[in-house]
Amino acid sequence: MLFCFVPLAMVVVASFLSKDSNHLVSLPFTLTNYAELFSPLFAKVFIRSLLIALFTTLCCLLIAYPFSYLLTKSKHQSVLLILIIIPFWTSSLVRTYSLIAILKFNGILNTLLLKIHVIDHPLSLLYSNFAVLTGLVYNLLPFMILPIFTNMERFDFRLIEAAKDLGASRLAIFFRVFLPNTAGGIISGCLLVLLPAMTLFYIPNVLGGARSILLGNMIQNQFLVLENWPQGAATSLLLTVLLFILLFFFRRYNREIVH
Amino acid sequence: MSEPLIAINQVYKSYGAASILNNISLAVYPGEFLTLLGPSGCGKTTLLRLISGFEQPTAGEIYINGQCVNHLPPQKRDVHTVFQSYALFPHLSVFENVAFALRCKKIANHVVKQQVDDALKLVQLDNFGARSIKQLSGGQQQRVAIARAIINRPQVLLLDEPLSSLDYRLRKAMQYELKQLQKTLNMTFVFVTHDQEEALSMSDRIVIFNHGQIEQIGTPREVYETPKNLHVAMFIGEANMFDIEVQAMDEQFIHTEIESIPLQCHNPGQYQLGEKVHLIVRPEDIRVWGESEVDDTNGMLPGKIVDIIYKGSTVDLKVKLPSGMLLNASEFFDEDDDTLEYALNENVWVHWITGWEVLLPYES
Repeated sequence: MLFCFVPLAMVVVASFLSKDSNHLVSLPFTLTNYAELFSPLFAKVFIRSLLIALFTTLCCLLIAYPFSYLLTKSKHQSVLLILIIIPFWTSSLVRTYSLIAILKFNGILNTLLLKIHVIDHPLSLLYSNFAVLTGLVYNLLPFMILPIFTNMERFDFRLIEAAKDLGASRLAIFFRVFLPNTAGGIISGCLLVLLPAMTLFYIPNVLGGARSILLGNMIQNQFLVLENWPQGAATSLLLTVLLFILLFFFRRYNREIVH
Repeated sequence: MSEPLIAINQVYKSYGAASILNNISLAVYPGEFLTLLGPSGCGKTTLLRLISGFEQPTAGEIYINGQCVNHLPPQKRDVHTVFQSYALFPHLSVFENVAFALRCKKIANHVVKQQVDDALKLVQLDNFGARSIKQLSGGQQQRVAIARAIINRPQVLLLDEPLSSLDYRLRKAMQYELKQLQKTLNMTFVFVTHDQEEALSMSDRIVIFNHGQIEQIGTPREVYETPKNLHVAMFIGEANMFDIEVQAMDEQFIHTEIESIPLQCHNPGQYQLGEKVHLIVRPEDIRVWGESEVDDTNGMLPGKIVDIIYKGSTVDLKVKLPSGMLLNASEFFDEDDDTLEYALNENVWVHWITGWEVLLPYES
């Protein structure tokens, strides 16, 4: 409780204070930090971040859902799970830097594509939205796989036999039985991916170059570069509120499933 | 008899080297209540899964309504299953569980409503439609599973040990209800159970399985009173078994001795002089008399009561014969002898009415 609410309260207080380059924050209380959140520049960054985060979530979902299914059915389940978890032992920052080696102009991917004659001159993959997306999906994929997999593990596959017995087509089995029963995992996974995707500042920093300013970078900039701590606090709070709204809908949906 | 609804023709099923079903041939007739009975692991559930289409036979054919269904998926077969685990959809209400088969056929809402309400009424769950599955007791879930399976009015309903997880009283009640339901719908039921009492009380015909083979097919009375072999005799009900030798015989009787006492039994005509034979007597066919109650002990075996179990409608006795063999006897309370007073270690005389015994070929 102490470690949860005290820092949060400090952020809330800070977000209503004014900027001060000597003491970080100072009086008087003000609402300008929040008014600033409605500026066109901020809105642009926010919408861009949201789109990239949503797209990252979608990509993760499209990879993780079928993968989790295969994992549930696989005989080598524990080996595959370890393979997912091992990269976590290396710093995510290091792994992100290593993506540069793959994506850069004369990197592994381009060399490979040239060798097999898919392309005739190298693509500029690095420092683009594509690179940021790749980095985000790569870093966040396990957070999508694990909740979906845990959920599918608990799925009673005898229900599929029951559905077949009652005349359900493959499509009906998926949409009427399998998907509704694994929706809980999908929602948990999306929540775990969507918010970090908006705030992981170092991935756009490393892979997106100067043009790729996302919400996470913005908060980081406000704190560390512009030294505008109150503004940074206000931006963070906006994200926290967003998280709570999402959690609220998630819980309501879950309750609907139970009843 | 009419044409069989399901015909199973020399079906084999094996998984790798393990043979589960061995040369099964069986006909199921329209409107009958057929029970597949056997110990667990005897292949009865596998046969059910072959009929429903979840498994394919390794060899042989299965016909439903004259059509070979070997390569037809479960969706295309006019049979529905009540699963042992019920396999109800946890994300759907009672109503939507029952409506599932109709929803898959994209049937209009008002028709669905009508049919689901009818089905729920049949299993006495009217007004339960809006509930979630988790709010139901085991017996109620069982009823939903039945309603869900009969909604399409399939030609055959397959029931895989549907009552095994209910408590004794509820199981008895559901046995009766299922039987009533089957008569009301005039639907063909193929019922799997390992409970011989359940099989005897519900079925029109019983198929007795053992080690992937059919041992005997017959009405409950046939399999109980004239079992074909030792396994059937010992599996259906309780039985006392003596190994005897045919010492003399005439047209009507076989003469032999048990515990060195000469006895005679009905001659079924298939045994030779000197042949070893199993003699089976059901506990309820054995009469136990106190020493003072009999004058003529001819054809009776002496024994000593070593255990008395009072069961309400009967008293079950264990009687030790001179050779040490233990005999099970069930004595009914009736007007002739309503006291049934037996004492432990009491010396008694036991016998049975000639002809009530069953003789079976010797199996080593």
